[in-house]
Amino acid sequence: MIKKIQDHLSEFIVPIIFLGLCAIGVIYSEQSPGFIINTIIERLGRNCFLVISLIIPVVAGIGLNFSIVLGAMAAQIGLIFAIDWGFAGIWGIVMAAALSTVFSVLFGYFVGLIFNRAKGREMVTGLITGFFANGIYQMVFLYGAGTFLTILTQDLLLPRGQNEAGETLYFGLQNTINLENVQYAIDDLIPLPAFINNALPDDIFLPIFPFVLIALACLFVVFFLKTKLGQEMKAMGHNQHISEISGIKVNRNRIIAIIISTIMAGYGQILFLQNIGTITTYNSHEYVGMFAIAALLVSGATVSKASVLNAIFGTFLFHTLFFTSPLAGKNIFGNVVLGEYFRVFVAYGVIAIALALHAWKTTRQNAIKAEEC
Amino acid sequence: MNQCKTFIKQLGFARGVIVAFTVLLFVLAFVKDLQMGQLISDCLSRFGRHGILVLSLLPFVKGGLGLNFGLPVGVLCGLVGVVFSINLNLAGYDGLAVALAVGGGLGIVIGLFYGWLLNKVKGQEMVVGTYVGFASVSFMCLAWMMLPFNNPTLVWSIAGKGLRMTIPMDDTYGRILDNLWSFTVGDIWVPTGLILSFLVACILVALFFKTRHGMAIIAAGQNEKFAIASSIKPNRTRLLATTLSTFLGAIGIVIYSQSYGFVQLYTAPLMIAFPIVACILIGGAGIRTATMFHVIFGCLVFQSLLTVALPVANEFIGGDITEAARIVISNGIILYALVGVGAQK
Amino acid sequence: MSQTEQTKNFLEFKNIKKNYYENAVLKDISFSVAAGEIHGLIGENGAGKSTLMNILFGMPVIHSTGGYEGEVLINGENKLITSPKNAIEHGIGMVHQEFMLIPELSIFENIKLNKELTKRYFFNAVLPKKLEILDIKKMRKEAQIALKKVGLTIDELLPVAGLPVGHMQFIEIAREIDNSKIKLLVFDEPTAVLAESEADRLLKTMKSLAKDLNIAILFISHRLDEIRKVCDRVSVLRDGELVGTFDHENLDIPKMAELMVGRNVDLTFKAREIKVECSGTPKLELRDFSVRMPGERVNNINLSVVKGEILGIAGLAGQGKIGIANGIAGLFPASGEVLIDGKSLRLNCPKTSLESGIGFLCEDRRGTGLLLDESIEDNIALTAMVVQKKFLKKGWLKPFQFMDQEGVTKRAEEIREIFNLNCTNVKQMTRRLSGGNQQKVCIGRVLTTNPSLLMVSEPTRGVDIGAKELILQKVLQINREEDTTVLFTSSELLELRSVCDRIAIIADGKVVAILPPDAPDRLFGLAMAGDIEDLNRELGDLKK
Repeated sequence: MIKKIQDHLSEFIVPIIFLGLCAIGVIYSEQSPGFIINTIIERLGRNCFLVISLIIPVVAGIGLNFSIVLGAMAAQIGLIFAIDWGFAGIWGIVMAAALSTVFSVLFGYFVGLIFNRAKGREMVTGLITGFFANGIYQMVFLYGAGTFLTILTQDLLLPRGQNEAGETLYFGLQNTINLENVQYAIDDLIPLPAFINNALPDDIFLPIFPFVLIALACLFVVFFLKTKLGQEMKAMGHNQHISEISGIKVNRNRIIAIIISTIMAGYGQILFLQNIGTITTYNSHEYVGMFAIAALLVSGATVSKASVLNAIFGTFLFHTLFFTSPLAGKNIFGNVVLGEYFRVFVAYGVIAIALALHAWKTTRQNAIKAEEC
Repeated sequence: MNQCKTFIKQLGFARGVIVAFTVLLFVLAFVKDLQMGQLISDCLSRFGRHGILVLSLLPFVKGGLGLNFGLPVGVLCGLVGVVFSINLNLAGYDGLAVALAVGGGLGIVIGLFYGWLLNKVKGQEMVVGTYVGFASVSFMCLAWMMLPFNNPTLVWSIAGKGLRMTIPMDDTYGRILDNLWSFTVGDIWVPTGLILSFLVACILVALFFKTRHGMAIIAAGQNEKFAIASSIKPNRTRLLATTLSTFLGAIGIVIYSQSYGFVQLYTAPLMIAFPIVACILIGGAGIRTATMFHVIFGCLVFQSLLTVALPVANEFIGGDITEAARIVISNGIILYALVGVGAQK
Repeated sequence: MSQTEQTKNFLEFKNIKKNYYENAVLKDISFSVAAGEIHGLIGENGAGKSTLMNILFGMPVIHSTGGYEGEVLINGENKLITSPKNAIEHGIGMVHQEFMLIPELSIFENIKLNKELTKRYFFNAVLPKKLEILDIKKMRKEAQIALKKVGLTIDELLPVAGLPVGHMQFIEIAREIDNSKIKLLVFDEPTAVLAESEADRLLKTMKSLAKDLNIAILFISHRLDEIRKVCDRVSVLRDGELVGTFDHENLDIPKMAELMVGRNVDLTFKAREIKVECSGTPKLELRDFSVRMPGERVNNINLSVVKGEILGIAGLAGQGKIGIANGIAGLFPASGEVLIDGKSLRLNCPKTSLESGIGFLCEDRRGTGLLLDESIEDNIALTAMVVQKKFLKKGWLKPFQFMDQEGVTKRAEEIREIFNLNCTNVKQMTRRLSGGNQQKVCIGRVLTTNPSLLMVSEPTRGVDIGAKELILQKVLQINREEDTTVLFTSSELLELRSVCDRIAIIADGKVVAILPPDAPDRLFGLAMAGDIEDLNRELGDLKK
């Protein structure tokens, strides 16, 4: 009995600790409840989709997909072109999503191929793939944009000195790109029904459509895992070898899982950026993978087990801590920066602990299996 | 000629391209009439500066643990050593010796912990190491702000608390090894002491691998079953390899900092592992194989490439591409090693 | 039931021949299996059973090595089975020896693995079939039907993890039966992992499957008593040849055993004097010795090896013969008592084992025996250096003593000389050597530790004939001239009979018999099959 309680406790120890940290953060941030609730809703709305995109590769046994960064890049490519071509409002979003899908499929396919060659170390490979792709992305947009990549809007480009004729040369994208044409296009698509709005306190704003999209993403994941393909992925996730012998095309399914994850990450990033309102061209995507993964893990999900509920609950916990910790840092230590460092430490620390615990458990299980034979 | 051919073959396609690219950049620099003496001096400095850090990866690979993306763990130990010695107002060789002793000692202690952890997560050392590295850098960010250092050269003057982002070492022991026995040939300035310190470290490590314990590390790294049958305990050799690697990482950053002339704290070491790992890979190492030659050759090629790329790129397209190019090359070569192409069979 | 004229053969092998490169592994095999028949297939390891099954299941390894000669007739038609999937389509299924079940999934999910049933919804109209939703109800129902057929009443929603081994075996069978087309089931040593009562139940199930569902069964086993209980006919393979087929009525177990192992024994070293009735002081004693080695378990054996003898250890694969030496060497968890020269040896510690003068040549040459990326000389010196601190230069601080390169090279040259090692020089990497030369390096490494008890496991496996002869000769020489006691484990009975003084036969993790090398074939055959009853009768006859 006691052992059972211990088992359950160890399963929930991460979320419990996190709940505690969040409580401290919320209390010491000394903000009004309205502000806190509002911020949590806003952050849940813009981050949850990205976290959900991680689930399918986890189920398929690939682990945490650190390469969702590529999906984020696809989304930014989509948004940049949609803006450049003059699309605005929800049509801008639709255009961006369409482009993002195309690039995501392409990127996901390549990442899938790479992962199939690096079986057993997908996670570190995914991380490096993200870094590598980031380098290529930077090169393309720093030099390609305005030279071999046609950009219609000159305002998007950097002025780079003058040529012999005295004309200003423009190439390379600006460091920040304004998304005011599409900002809140998703958030504000469906207005909150008046009776709900009236029922809510004045200082709380509830965007409906992002949550509709998140609900759809959750439904998609749940249904997908109930299909034949989903069942195959579950089986692969538990044991690749036996699945392969049973005739399941493991390598192909792994690529499909990564493609789906990359596409979803792209949509997630669009949802995120339309809320933020600007793209930091060369940085916006950089920490997408890390924050999404940390958010998933704080809910108690592991490298081999994650559900939709994990994604939602994890996003809630992680982002609550994330935005309260600088404020709390200021109130407790009189130092905002300390709080900022703290939240980064928490993100990395959670990932490190989760990875170590998982690897630890796997080695122990293997040892037990060898004993039993 | 034949030897040359087998060398190129061993190098593999990707590495060959990088070596060729480096040579091309040098030719371009020469054609564009850049200051070659200055460039070569810079190459030598950077080579010596990064040398021991690259060397620190060798025991890790040989011990069968893969690529040490957890390099920041050792680096942080070294940084503590440097900050400690500066805080005591120690200058010259005294300061350097204290930094090495404190940093190296801490490296051994922390290395033992790190090795213990890696023994628990066998098979996943690389990804766990990466995040342990990240987490410890961000943990030390908190520590740099809170540790009770009080020397005014170290501490933010306004707050009176928390270490500065970068700390100049001019008044303590900046470039002390670089200047030791340094001389100039033509336009080329040779930082003799720096390069000697690297080579001495290489020789010591090479000798270590010729002892009973060194051989045990190699045996267990290559084939655990073989090791067990010869009564070698793989967990112990792995612990030893990790500790040695962490220790060298700590020593490496002390040498690096004195040569660079600044101590860089906070998030500066966050990504340090990746270009360093790229060095040894460009030299021809893989996840499971590495030699002293790979360390020295790789460090020389990659650091030269990085040195010469910036001025050449400035001549042609603009300097900011070199940062992106550095990211592409270093992560590209790591990716290449991870997916196992070009690994020596 | 017996074979009658009317029953049609479901499967017939006709003049099957198969070569792997130059090596003939199947020579003109012909036999048939009828619907409703249980056909036993016996033979030593390497007799060709698995190659035959690989052909039947269209395994890629067959097609990538040039296919086979002869015909496989299914329902009287010549069929080329191209892939395992193709075999399933022809109604051929296999119950594996190791379980192909995913423990985390439930029983019905396992039975329906990659055969899932789906429902179509409106949104599936445009989606691929793979994206149809599973029909869990129907899957469970069909799984339950299949379970009933094998006589297992169990909740199909339970996860497989934690079920008793016997149940897993039945679930495996249920999975194959669930294929509605199933006509032939191959059972590959299905009782190896089962307890006796479970094995009995399995045999009963096999009988009812054959009778009630009219399924043809090919039963691969080495347990002759089980073969006798259930088989309608039995075929015996030896060295790729079909050496006999028996009907149920005239099953002659001793004859089958003899056929299984019997060869024209050419005792190469017959001239040597066999030390029969070795009764000197024991060098090595095992008391209630057990080893937990996966697939090669040793259960409470007692065995004594006399100083100066060569004791052979024989037995079929998976019976535990390999486990004994591995257990003594401390490579796999062992329990019980081991005495060396009358002194108790600390178990599970490779170090004390090496320090008490035990040298072990492991059967897993490339896995355990060699550092493939190091030089020949380093390989030869390493164990002696690490354990006995040989080849170290004196005078330095202890942990920093350097390797004595000259001494190492000298020793390597000696080994090269003695074993006629074929290499460019002793600094060559062992990866580049041929199997025989690699084995010589391994032996050289073991001998460099100067063992007083030498344990060799499969020393001639994968080694060319010349090297084989040399290795056997050296083992004999070391034993006779240096008085080293040898424990010689091998799957090749012939080789054991040509060098050993006594041969212990291991079956089911136990010592079944210790026989002199010149004992009759059928005794070896019966002992290896673990058929103690028949063995004792034969021994009794022999004494008379």
